[in-house]
Amino acid sequence: MQVSMTVNGQERSGEVEPRTLLVHFLRENLGLTGTHIGCDTSQCGACTIHLNGKAVKSCTVLAVQANGADVTTIEGMAKDGELHPIQEGFWEEHGLQCGYCTPGMIMTTADLLKRNPNPTEAEIRHGIEGNLCRCTGYQHIVKSVQWAADKMAAQSGD
Amino acid sequence: MTATEPREKLVGQAIKRREDPRLVRGQGRYMDDIVLPGMAHVKILRSPLAHARIRNVDTARAAEAPGVLGVYTGADFADVNALPYAWQAAGVDNHVNTPRILAVDEVHWVGDPIAVVVAETPQQAADARDLIDLDLEALPAVVDAEATTHNGAPQLHENALNNIAFEWDCGDEAGVEGAIGDAAVRISQRIRNQRLIATPIETRGAIGQYDAGTDEYTFWLSSQAPHVHRLVMAAFVLGHPEEKIRVIAPDMGGAFGSKIFMYTEYPLVGLLAKQLGRPVKWIEEREEHALATAQGRDHVTDLDIAAEQDGTITGLRVTTWANLGAYLSTAAGGIPTTLYGRMVAGVYKIPNIHCKVYGTYTNTALVDAYRGAGRPEAAYVIERVVDLVAAELGMDPADVRRKNFIPTEAFPYDTGIGMLPYDSGDYPAALDKALDLIGYSDLRQQQADARANGKYLGIGFSSYVEVCGIAPTAWVTSEGWGAGLWESANVRVQLTGKVVVTTGSMPHGQGHETTFAQMVSDGLGVPYDDIIVEYGDTAGTPFGYGTYGSRSLAVGGTAIVQSVEKIRDKITKIAAHMLEVNEDEVDIDAGTAFVKGAPDRNVSFGDIAATAAVGAGLPEGVEPFLDATTYFDPPNCTFPFGTHIAVVEVEEDTGNVEIKRYVAIDDVGNVINPLIVDGQVHGGIVQGIGQALWEHGVYDDGGQLLSSTLMDYGIPKASWLPMMELDRTVTTTDVNPMGAKGAGEAGTIASTPAIVNAVMDALSPVGIKHLDMPLSAPRVWTAMQEAKEN
Amino acid sequence: MYPAAFDYHRPGSVEEVIQILSDNPEAKIIAGGHSLLPAMKLRLAAPGALVDLGGIDGLTGVAVNGSASIGAMTTYDDAMASDDLAASFAALHEAISHVGDIQVRNRGTIGGSAAHADPAADTTAALVAHGAEFVAQGPNGERTISADDFFVDLFMTALEPEEVLTKINLPAPADNTSSAYKKFAHPASGYPVCGVAAVVTRDGSGNVTAARVVATGSTLTPTRLAGVENAITGTAGDADAVEAAAANASEGVNEWAGDHYASSEYREHLTKVFAKRALNAALGND
Repeated sequence: MQVSMTVNGQERSGEVEPRTLLVHFLRENLGLTGTHIGCDTSQCGACTIHLNGKAVKSCTVLAVQANGADVTTIEGMAKDGELHPIQEGFWEEHGLQCGYCTPGMIMTTADLLKRNPNPTEAEIRHGIEGNLCRCTGYQHIVKSVQWAADKMAAQSGD
Repeated sequence: MTATEPREKLVGQAIKRREDPRLVRGQGRYMDDIVLPGMAHVKILRSPLAHARIRNVDTARAAEAPGVLGVYTGADFADVNALPYAWQAAGVDNHVNTPRILAVDEVHWVGDPIAVVVAETPQQAADARDLIDLDLEALPAVVDAEATTHNGAPQLHENALNNIAFEWDCGDEAGVEGAIGDAAVRISQRIRNQRLIATPIETRGAIGQYDAGTDEYTFWLSSQAPHVHRLVMAAFVLGHPEEKIRVIAPDMGGAFGSKIFMYTEYPLVGLLAKQLGRPVKWIEEREEHALATAQGRDHVTDLDIAAEQDGTITGLRVTTWANLGAYLSTAAGGIPTTLYGRMVAGVYKIPNIHCKVYGTYTNTALVDAYRGAGRPEAAYVIERVVDLVAAELGMDPADVRRKNFIPTEAFPYDTGIGMLPYDSGDYPAALDKALDLIGYSDLRQQQADARANGKYLGIGFSSYVEVCGIAPTAWVTSEGWGAGLWESANVRVQLTGKVVVTTGSMPHGQGHETTFAQMVSDGLGVPYDDIIVEYGDTAGTPFGYGTYGSRSLAVGGTAIVQSVEKIRDKITKIAAHMLEVNEDEVDIDAGTAFVKGAPDRNVSFGDIAATAAVGAGLPEGVEPFLDATTYFDPPNCTFPFGTHIAVVEVEEDTGNVEIKRYVAIDDVGNVINPLIVDGQVHGGIVQGIGQALWEHGVYDDGGQLLSSTLMDYGIPKASWLPMMELDRTVTTTDVNPMGAKGAGEAGTIASTPAIVNAVMDALSPVGIKHLDMPLSAPRVWTAMQEAKEN
Repeated sequence: MYPAAFDYHRPGSVEEVIQILSDNPEAKIIAGGHSLLPAMKLRLAAPGALVDLGGIDGLTGVAVNGSASIGAMTTYDDAMASDDLAASFAALHEAISHVGDIQVRNRGTIGGSAAHADPAADTTAALVAHGAEFVAQGPNGERTISADDFFVDLFMTALEPEEVLTKINLPAPADNTSSAYKKFAHPASGYPVCGVAAVVTRDGSGNVTAARVVATGSTLTPTRLAGVENAITGTAGDADAVEAAAANASEGVNEWAGDHYASSEYREHLTKVFAKRALNAALGND
């Protein structure tokens, strides 16, 4: 089947089987390999992207279900070569080690901060429950999110 | 900056990682991101039964399925060697059985590979796999480490009577017997260290490519040790010349030990690529990871403890059945012996210790090193021992620890059970700092108040030591390891002045690109940004043993430091020649070499590099180019240590354990990058907490794995954890020039017993002295009910 | 992993869905897909065809006007955004907030979860507690199924194979009705090991006149705890009354769920604990 969607601001289309998962369409048809796969049961969140502005697990969406949708992946976060403040936060606060969960973690954080620009530590921890990290023990991730929230607040105050 | 201003040292600074900009952009290149032209895809059919005879494997329907290029069974690879067993239990007979590429005749665990499908797409391979018809004759299975040795248990292998792969011991059996006989206080306890599944977020994978023209294989492997994988593949499995095998380890999404070993899938993709004349990719499914990647721990241990009334521990007998699974994995023999048995003394001076280990076969997945590898099991044993003594005598567990600590003046210290002497330590200092940070006396008062209000608050200690930088080759070979464990580094300075460091270490999240560049920048006085760190490809790096056992800095880092020293010497020679002074008049800093006391007379690092690289104007007898390789084999291991304290509250209604506070004082020697070390400690602690509270690879009696997805196997989530409070003491080591000890595993080793001890402390009012992990809410609640009824 | 191949239909109307289902007994409906797709990826389910409700207008949205009407395709996240739902149907709103995580709530649907009838779903208990009515459309037109009849067994509802769940209605609560949902989550899946939804109504003097208390996770289907409901009714609804009532949670429950993580005995116990917590929260007891 033919599917078309807006991915990171560009019209993209491709031929897929109905069973093709959105994550496979992004990775294999479009070559956007920043979105990762870590489990088969919607637990790990490594495949998180934005579908029509909301964070979803792209391993649990069929590509055909996303026909006509607006999709943002990790590759669409940096603008004009400048890291998004959340990406910056993860770098500044050592919020990643192996980096495999990181794209999904960043995409979830973006949704979280859109809903709640100034989350408490507990709200951050609750907010990233759908993203598993085996390296960091989450502490530096929490700090990364706080760093990003501060930076985004400062920017929007400008 | 002028040449006389000393350049600010980078070592010791919390520099943010140079690895990260590409990773946060999604530009990492992990196994499944690699696509080769014409690549075909592999799916493996694994045994659904824990023990069975293979009557027939009918591949006819699968072979006809759309897109299928080939379907193979064990018979197709019958002439390929079984995998090698590289680390024997030392000094005893090892009854060796290792996995074959695909099972022949019999399967021994749920996950044992039986057949393989190669197809144009992974979807087609998966579809065809469902069409393979298996005819298996079920045989009785056994899964328990100890029960497998009982008379009448199902037998796995003809050469391993009672399923015992080896019997090994260390220490003084008679001495312990005497100590227990004489003891005022005797305690016996059985404890279990449960099975764990490594669960990196990226599963394993492998790509094989074969060039018929050159007869060369190229492998992309999930590998913590690409050179070792090549060596093993060449020498033991494929029998193919080593120079015609290249192994590349791409970015790796975590490993935690599970990507050290040789796995059947690795040679398999190469053989399939050769057979089909196309590159072949295999990506492990999450459920396959649970079934087929080497797992961790799984010990049953009987403890017999002798102590005096004042808390002095006088004797310890440890009898352990270590579950090794259906076959022996690469390092299976060494983990529960050298890295466990020889570490059960922990941080304590115990005059009589004996540790007996039975390595046993069961119908379960293979068991090998998992973060900490033997040392977490040892720390768990000894830290439970100390708390059992404290509980028996009604003493403060901090006091029992202090009473039995190896005295600070006793280092280097030989524990008498065959471990290399502990290099250095100051155990009371770490304990004191931890007590101070947590506010211990107030905390005990809070606990008393909480108990008065019917709350179950507990405080748990773990004073740990571990062995890191595992290398001294003479020692590890005497301990049954079938190769060396030194590490390599090449440092070379290009004509442009850029410095290229290639290492045999294999970072996968530890930030070596950053820390190694910090070290080289300081060592050569060149800008940090001019240093390139390369690794992960056997074609471009010197032979090395890889990254595991917290060895990359202590061993691999030293090789870099020594290569840098060699280059400094050569720079000094060349600079002296260019400046027309004697070598001892030359100093190097901030990217220049200059005459001591006359900094205006200098030559830049770039000019020296260019001179050396071009080769004109060099002093007599000096070869062109700045290039030095070092193979460093340290004289000893390093022994990081520390004390962690956990505060937990058990909810009476549910049995749920909440971690209220977690304090960690670690002594990892000198620190190159504190930000990275903190990250390692955080991650390690949480992984150990996972074992204490949630993680459990559960097999039923028939050998079915009940926790094969992340729906069942609970790795820690952000919302269950408090902010950890970290600090350090610094006791350096003279084992390496950096005085660094290693930090990758310390947290995991320390945290598991700290949490368990805290929960036992919380439950002590109801009379509970020991519970086995994981201390899940149902398990704790059930135990509390039983204790209250008694 | 990869689902087995299937035919994909994305009809524009409920009538077309019913036609496809009638023509194709192998077809299954996909809503948010958060129960079905994981099962298909593990190849525990392999329907020959999927009928996607995502292209049909009018199946989403929450309307609260005394009673509530929730389109079957309403995502958890959209429902959570309804302050009116939170005000009048707190148990359901809280249960929704406990489902999965942000990503799952963004995509998973209330109707999909109800029709899937996972014994460990959060929202099902709350729907039963609020006395929901499930509106189904089939070849013979529309019918309404009461909450007490809807959940038949594990993964089985009263929906006929060719019926489509289109919306869920919640009757207007009586005056002085309040509700809550409390849960003990499985450490890996996040599903309730036990969750209890409680809806209680009091009279002018504060006495409890009606109660619906429903367990999930610990039972095989969302199960009303009749012993608790009966015992709390007629009391002042204070903490002591709740404590006494919750102790009756086992009454009338024939079978408790149990597995290697948590025994049926433990789940039975949790049901008492969480019945107490949910009632206390609903009744405003500290």
